[in-house]
Amino acid sequence: MQVNVDRDRCCSSGQCVMTAPEVFEQDDLDGLVTVLRPVVPASLRGDVRLAADLCPGGAIAVTEADGAGTAV
Amino acid sequence: MSTVPVIPIPARYETACPFAPPPAYTEAASTGPVGRAELPDGSPCWLVTGYPEVRTVLSDRRFSADARRPGFPFLTEGRRKIVAANPSFLRLDDPEHARLRRMVTGDFLVKRVEAMRPGIRRIVDEALDRMTAGGGPADLVAEFALPVPSLVICLLLGVPYEDREAFQANSRLLLATDADDRDIARAQEELLDYLTRLAERKRARPGEDTLSRLAMRDDLTLREIASTGVLLLVAGHETTANMIGLSTALLLRHPEQAARLADPATVPGAVEELLRVLTILHTGVPRLAVEDVELGGTLIRAGDGVIAMLSTANRDDGLFGAEGHLGVAEVDLGREARRHLAFGFGVHQCLGQPLARAELQIALATLFRRLPGLRLAVPEEALEFRPEALIYGLKSLPVTW
Repeated sequence: MQVNVDRDRCCSSGQCVMTAPEVFEQDDLDGLVTVLRPVVPASLRGDVRLAADLCPGGAIAVTEADGAGTAV
Repeated sequence: MSTVPVIPIPARYETACPFAPPPAYTEAASTGPVGRAELPDGSPCWLVTGYPEVRTVLSDRRFSADARRPGFPFLTEGRRKIVAANPSFLRLDDPEHARLRRMVTGDFLVKRVEAMRPGIRRIVDEALDRMTAGGGPADLVAEFALPVPSLVICLLLGVPYEDREAFQANSRLLLATDADDRDIARAQEELLDYLTRLAERKRARPGEDTLSRLAMRDDLTLREIASTGVLLLVAGHETTANMIGLSTALLLRHPEQAARLADPATVPGAVEELLRVLTILHTGVPRLAVEDVELGGTLIRAGDGVIAMLSTANRDDGLFGAEGHLGVAEVDLGREARRHLAFGFGVHQCLGQPLARAELQIALATLFRRLPGLRLAVPEEALEFRPEALIYGLKSLPVTW
């Protein structure tokens, strides 16, 4: 699983950091999302899918291993 | 469509469960995800009640949050004039909204709020010390639920807490649906003037707070700083105060649920369930369609007003279980409730949600740990709620322990 973010759509709600802190972080200066682990290990996939679903700005795109992209 | 009822907004509270939103909204939700409603001036608007449809209204840019657009739904003409004259970023669209919001996002980062937890714990403990010092009974709203978030947001913004009497009274007026328009306008002007004067003082002598940082920027007018300041001050204490009061009263009704707060691991999830079940923004979130949109089988035309009803979305059968549908009798602190929309959705979703969560988690867990004998000092039927407020809550909560 791969995760990409669109920082233009990020509204700094912090949902992703609260849901999957191993994968997402907020920039100290502008509060926008940064990805710590673009390739998501199996153990964190559920959290990352939930983070993408909870993201109010639709800024998180998850690509499953089979290459099918789902921009949530 | 002629058989579908038209729901008046705000609907009346004719309910056996005082914690729940007006039953008219829940009934509307049972007839379909998009229904018809009527604002107090008689103008029609759409009432969107379904979970996916509410998410669409709040995140799709074909629905505008710009309160200056003609036809934007308001509860009164007076409120329209007041908000449209000085819109905070809550009632603007991007890029204006993003420009202003991003100037304060740094203050509500998850890690910054985590660093505030020791300070919040101290504020909570001291408020409880003061409340219990004289023995019971005490009004938990005045002694605990309101002081805790007021102190926290004052500290963060750099607003002197000793000025609370004026800003708390004006905040309440600003959120009253039954207040005279002139009184609401005066409350808004007083708050804007107060924040403007404060920002001027911070410009001369800056401190380590949000207002000082805003005041030091040269790309913001004093009026923009004041509008943002009013939004953060009002949203920062009224919402959390009402959630603490209502949550406490609800948990006193369900002691077996309150007991679960003793396990620190259950506290974050418990707060999500309380946010879901109480969804204190009872009047919903207004938007204006700026293009034709097909939503839940209904064609919404450009120029139509829309109210997104968070409380009914948060009672979605499939997501949260049917037993949570009516009233809040089935509050279950173990429920997986994180998909709730109590903080809204889309780019306007609550900026202060990490702070609100931290305050609620610490306040409720500490309250029930320190006062295991906490109980109502009056019969539950005697509790006075705030049906006239945009943000639902309790007027007072007499308790003893």
